[in-house]
Amino acid sequence: MIQDLLIHLVFMGYAIAFMLGLATLFTWVERKQSAIMADRIGANRCYIRIPFTDIKLVAWGLFHGIADGAKMLLKENFTPTTYDRFCYNLAPWLAAVPVLLVFAVIPFGGTLVPGNLLDIVPFPHLAQPLKDFFGARSYQMQVARLDAGILVVLAISGVGIIGTILAGWSSNNKFSLLGAARAASQMISYEISMGLALISLVVTYGTLDLNEMVRYQSGILYGALPTWGIFMQPLAFLLFLTAAIAENKRVPFDLPECESELVAGYFTEYSAMKMGLFMLSEFIEIVVVSALLVTLFLGGYNLPWLTDAGFAFPNGATWAMPQPAVVLLQVLTFTVKVVLAGCFQIQIRWSLPRFRYDQLMRFGWKFLLPLAALNLVATVFVRWMNL
Amino acid sequence: MNKDYWNKPAMGLWERLYIFEVIRGLCITGSVFFGNMWKWLTLRKGALTAYYPEEVRSDYSPNNRGRHVLTQRENGEVQCVSCNMCATVCPAYCIEILSTANFDDVFHPKAPERFEIDYSRCIFCGFCVEACPEDAIRMIKDIPDFPAFDRDTMCAPLDLLLNWRPTRDPAKVYPTQPQNGEVHPWAA
Ligand code: SF4
Ligand code: SF4
Repeated sequence: MIQDLLIHLVFMGYAIAFMLGLATLFTWVERKQSAIMADRIGANRCYIRIPFTDIKLVAWGLFHGIADGAKMLLKENFTPTTYDRFCYNLAPWLAAVPVLLVFAVIPFGGTLVPGNLLDIVPFPHLAQPLKDFFGARSYQMQVARLDAGILVVLAISGVGIIGTILAGWSSNNKFSLLGAARAASQMISYEISMGLALISLVVTYGTLDLNEMVRYQSGILYGALPTWGIFMQPLAFLLFLTAAIAENKRVPFDLPECESELVAGYFTEYSAMKMGLFMLSEFIEIVVVSALLVTLFLGGYNLPWLTDAGFAFPNGATWAMPQPAVVLLQVLTFTVKVVLAGCFQIQIRWSLPRFRYDQLMRFGWKFLLPLAALNLVATVFVRWMNL
Repeated sequence: MNKDYWNKPAMGLWERLYIFEVIRGLCITGSVFFGNMWKWLTLRKGALTAYYPEEVRSDYSPNNRGRHVLTQRENGEVQCVSCNMCATVCPAYCIEILSTANFDDVFHPKAPERFEIDYSRCIFCGFCVEACPEDAIRMIKDIPDFPAFDRDTMCAPLDLLLNWRPTRDPAKVYPTQPQNGEVHPWAA
């Protein structure tokens, strides 16, 4: 019991550190990547001076994330005269917390056997009590192992929009209200296509459990390709990616907060760390969306041919690896995949122009939705005929 | 109701399908990104912008003249006679001159004690050079190096104006100095 608690506390800490760390990293990646794409240098003015010397550590501008955080914490927390102060203060939390919660069901590694992990400790007699303590227990590297993981993802990420709507409504500002209205309608339009894309995925995998989905993706297709979702369901991948970016309210779907029309959209009236929370939740959402993409379509923590015991190549060769190495490799694979998926999202964000509002609606309802429905019908048909 | 716009986009089916154009756009930005990234990784500069003020941008015109120098006489004194013409003509009002008198030097009884050009305001028009009757102020092919957090610190004082370049301007043709025995009319 205590062991379970301990391990899950570690998982929780890892998940939160993972999200916040990567979100901070992505603020930097976004700046630098957009700069390099635009032939610029990018933010590099922040530095840490090594004490007692004149050496300034610039580290390619990595400290800008820290500077941003410090700035937002120290700024004046201006509150507009609004008619509902409670909702106004609640909104940033409602926007940020669900985003953090989604990650709970995402598996970020394979099976962890803490007892085996202690094998590498050089003095076996020192590690022995700990080994006895953990015994032969094994854990999925996941904060909450739920059978209906994918439904939890949909349910919780749907809650996030309430924060947006609440923010727009309670700040007593027309720009905010417009942004909130746009966010709400956009969310309704795109959640449907997203759900349909996910259903076709569920039909393919035959499970709602994210862990099972990832395990399914460790197989091999036609002898060469890994059975990743992107190869099994390429159209669903595109649909999900589009809908996920739209959910995340980023360019080209950033109508709820488009600067050129609505100042800052639904968080116009927010300042200091409240505004920072909205920004942070946007970047955490990049991490979460990337993690979902990786889990659902890009094989999760799987590398091709990597099993819990080591590599097993298709030609029959095997390369056994100790458990700690496998765990480390899986966690690392997941992280690298998430970072790459996030970079891809940032690339999209800096490449595409924003939709006009009617185009957005037409795109969602007349293009994505029929396509998602068709994809679902085709998938069901294929499954039914057992092709 | 569908309104007809005069600038209706002429899109074919290919563009209307959107996804292919998106991929093309991503390829363009991606190629720029990876091209620049490759330059950075091979220790070259992958950006067109300059890292101001640590770097001087490379695309200044060869004719750009951005620094003032005050020329000197052969004996090392300021050529300027503090006539205030440059300060008068300056459209940005950024030259400040405080004069001092030395009646022993009869040819140049007046000289600047302070001569300051405020580079936070100078527009580099070169009028001061045109106006100077003594050829005492010139502009050289360089840029002033004054990024600062405080505009009060962006003034160039006399000694800086004298020392930005080697004290004597090699291109300068010096006016003939008074020979021994020659006497200024005032002193006669
Ligand atoms: S260059 Fe023009 S603006 Fe600058 S000091 Fe001379 S006259 Fe004034
Ligand atoms: S620089 Fe030339 S114009 Fe200006 S005060 Fe001196 S002599 Fe006169």
